[in-house]
Amino acid sequence: MKVLVAVKRVVDYNVKVRVKADGTDVDVANVKMSMNPFDEIAVEEAVRLKEAGKASEIVVVSMGVKQCEETLRTALAMGADRALLVETDAELQPLAVAKLLKAVAEKEQPQLVIVGKQAIDDDANQTGQMTAALLGWPQGTFASKVDLAAETADITREIDGGLETVKLRLPALVTADLRLNEPRFIKLPNIMAAKKKPLDKTTPADLGVDVTPRLKTLKVAEPAKRSAGIKVANAAELVAKLKNEAKVL
Amino acid sequence: MIYNAPVKEIRFALNELAELTSVCSLPGYEDCSVELVDAILEEAAKFAEGVLAPINKQGDKGAKWQDGEVTAAPGFKEAWQQYVESGWVGLRAPAEFGGQGMPALVAIAAEEMWCSANLAFSLAPLLTLGAVEAIHHHASDALKAVYLPPMSSGAWTGTMNLTEPQAGSDLAQVRSRAVPQADGSYLVTGQKIFITWGEHDMAENIVHLVLARLPDAPAGVKGISLFIVPKFLVNADGSLGARNDVRCVSLEHKLGIHGSPTAVMSFGDNGGAVGYLVGEANKGLNYMFTMMNHARLGVGVEGMSVSERAYQKAVEYARDRVQSRAVGSPDPAGVPIIRHPDIRRMLLTIRAQVEAQRALAYFTAASLDRAARHPVTSEAARNQALVNFLIPIVKGWNTEQANELTSLAVQVHGGMGFIEETGVAQYYRDARITAIYEGTTGIQALDLIGRKTFSEGGATARSLLAEALATADKLAAAGFDSFAANLKSAAAEAERCVAFILSTFGEQPQLAAAGSVPFLKLMGIVLGGWQLGRGALIARERLGEDGADEDFLKAKMATARFFGEHLLPQASGLAAAIVSGADSVMELDEAWF
Repeated sequence: MKVLVAVKRVVDYNVKVRVKADGTDVDVANVKMSMNPFDEIAVEEAVRLKEAGKASEIVVVSMGVKQCEETLRTALAMGADRALLVETDAELQPLAVAKLLKAVAEKEQPQLVIVGKQAIDDDANQTGQMTAALLGWPQGTFASKVDLAAETADITREIDGGLETVKLRLPALVTADLRLNEPRFIKLPNIMAAKKKPLDKTTPADLGVDVTPRLKTLKVAEPAKRSAGIKVANAAELVAKLKNEAKVL
Repeated sequence: MIYNAPVKEIRFALNELAELTSVCSLPGYEDCSVELVDAILEEAAKFAEGVLAPINKQGDKGAKWQDGEVTAAPGFKEAWQQYVESGWVGLRAPAEFGGQGMPALVAIAAEEMWCSANLAFSLAPLLTLGAVEAIHHHASDALKAVYLPPMSSGAWTGTMNLTEPQAGSDLAQVRSRAVPQADGSYLVTGQKIFITWGEHDMAENIVHLVLARLPDAPAGVKGISLFIVPKFLVNADGSLGARNDVRCVSLEHKLGIHGSPTAVMSFGDNGGAVGYLVGEANKGLNYMFTMMNHARLGVGVEGMSVSERAYQKAVEYARDRVQSRAVGSPDPAGVPIIRHPDIRRMLLTIRAQVEAQRALAYFTAASLDRAARHPVTSEAARNQALVNFLIPIVKGWNTEQANELTSLAVQVHGGMGFIEETGVAQYYRDARITAIYEGTTGIQALDLIGRKTFSEGGATARSLLAEALATADKLAAAGFDSFAANLKSAAAEAERCVAFILSTFGEQPQLAAAGSVPFLKLMGIVLGGWQLGRGALIARERLGEDGADEDFLKAKMATARFFGEHLLPQASGLAAAIVSGADSVMELDEAWF
């Protein structure tokens, strides 16, 4: 069974992001970039499926600038078999990524597509759902457990009330949540081996996808600074403040 | 206790100052590339930050000894397992025995991160690799086939058994004995002390490299042989056999690196420990010397790495701690102490020296690789001379300063720094050993003035000082006025001291020896300044490029300037003591002490 995993290159989770002076975007120049942590979980899940003998090949795909190659190499070092970069300098919004991913899925014909539930840069939480819809495939989002059979997959989902298990007919799409697994530390020999694994490149034009943004960013701003707290004399004052000032009661 | 691997700094030292690409182009390193090394650095950083740093503090509680068995500090066995599974032991181990055969330059970058994250832990792989290197270079093919694969993977660890109670810096006093047996093996008896990771429960076997004398050996250093003595004997099929007659009698109670068990080892209490001769008889000390450069460079990196960790902790505290109004401010409100000039001076004193030490250590590692592999014989020889000269400086200066710099990091914390719970005190204690083991600073300094300066007529010293002066000229042309002037005068002071050593060492070696440690420090300051000067010039150039990392590059230039104005001027004080202060060292009658 072939598994396709999509990974995104994002600002590293340890970096304190800064907004560009002109308020148009976040400043990513000279900032450490890494694989989106939820995508790392997606890759790890695919590798575990392969190690368990349930998957036979893992193809990892990324969309974006040339440096996404590094992210793909990381996925290859984790255990993916080959990589595909859809290279473009254009801004990619979730719908464009979903269309690209659909095109790649149609070409690769995987039985399972795994993506992170969202990327930690824009937190859109849309790509997985849109891709499944465009493909007309069943989707299991916010997965905390993937139980793969020959023709179906039981996906345990993290929902507000607790856990929900859905049975999907394959091919299907899964989005990985935080508790699906804990990604491994990469082994040194695998870093060396990843260099020799195939990494192909294509472009949105080659895939016949128009990636023109449909949404316009008006302004990017830092969140308001938290103001200093105050001490209250007693519970009654606290309740009063919550009612009248914070207006949360 | 958080550790953030300074990957950007490491990359700058690797790529810009040590010229990684030229090392990658050496024969045998074709697989090495900047991209590959980037990937290795990223993963090493994750491992150091995520696995090794979190157990450093609990490691401070120490390993436990009971009835000859040693249990590693909590979490260490699991971390070792993970370290082994991740393949890190093999980073610079020879490829034909399962390692990755990476250049020393790349290995040193990873080793910096292990040392910063957890110095006590880092000693286990360091000693193992030292033993691998010795066996690889000097042992028979049969011994290599048995011992190198499991040691390169980390399934077995290695140790160095040199020191005995009466034989410390002076290994000529070694008394342990080895008696040949009919089957070609030897029975080893004797006591060894200060054996780092001499006994533990992290690996299934421990391979001791032991210095001992054969019955007919000549006295002194020319009668010492090197033996492999495994904790468990190895069967013909590679499986483990009987327990050898070697025991850990006790663990030392130390000032620091408590996570690293320092063993007293007893060989042959029950008739003799089975050992195997490495190479030829009576050449043990020579064999040890072949590993010495790498080991001493490694300890220099240890000193710098602990200072780096202490710096990170001090900066974090200084940003967080609010105390007193800003100096000269009418506003009585307290400010984070990082705004106080003296706190900034302390932080910069650490930062500037760590950067200089890293640059010098990496530069030396690259020279080590070029010396070993450069296809042009004269270039290889030139680099070997650089290595020989720089090693005692990197070892001695980085570790001497580690004592001062980790102490400054404690000072930044004020009273909280003296409280163990804060954590910075551990770095101060852990750093203390680095100026002692693998040759004390005094031993390094004697090596520097004797074999490395006097014996070669000061040639390498003067060629390095000439390079520093050339850099100073470029700095002056680029507008780094104060730095250029101070580097120039510091190099001139160093030259004055080289001349003094050359003129005194032959006839009155005591005069040269009296100032040997100040000379080592002086060379550290001048050559460290030279490296920071090179870095500042590169930073200025990069600043003009598209998409330049402005904050990083400007910080490089500002840090270099601080070094130029605060550290380089120390050269003249040191030179005065070296050139004019020797007599007073010897004047006081021994009885008056």
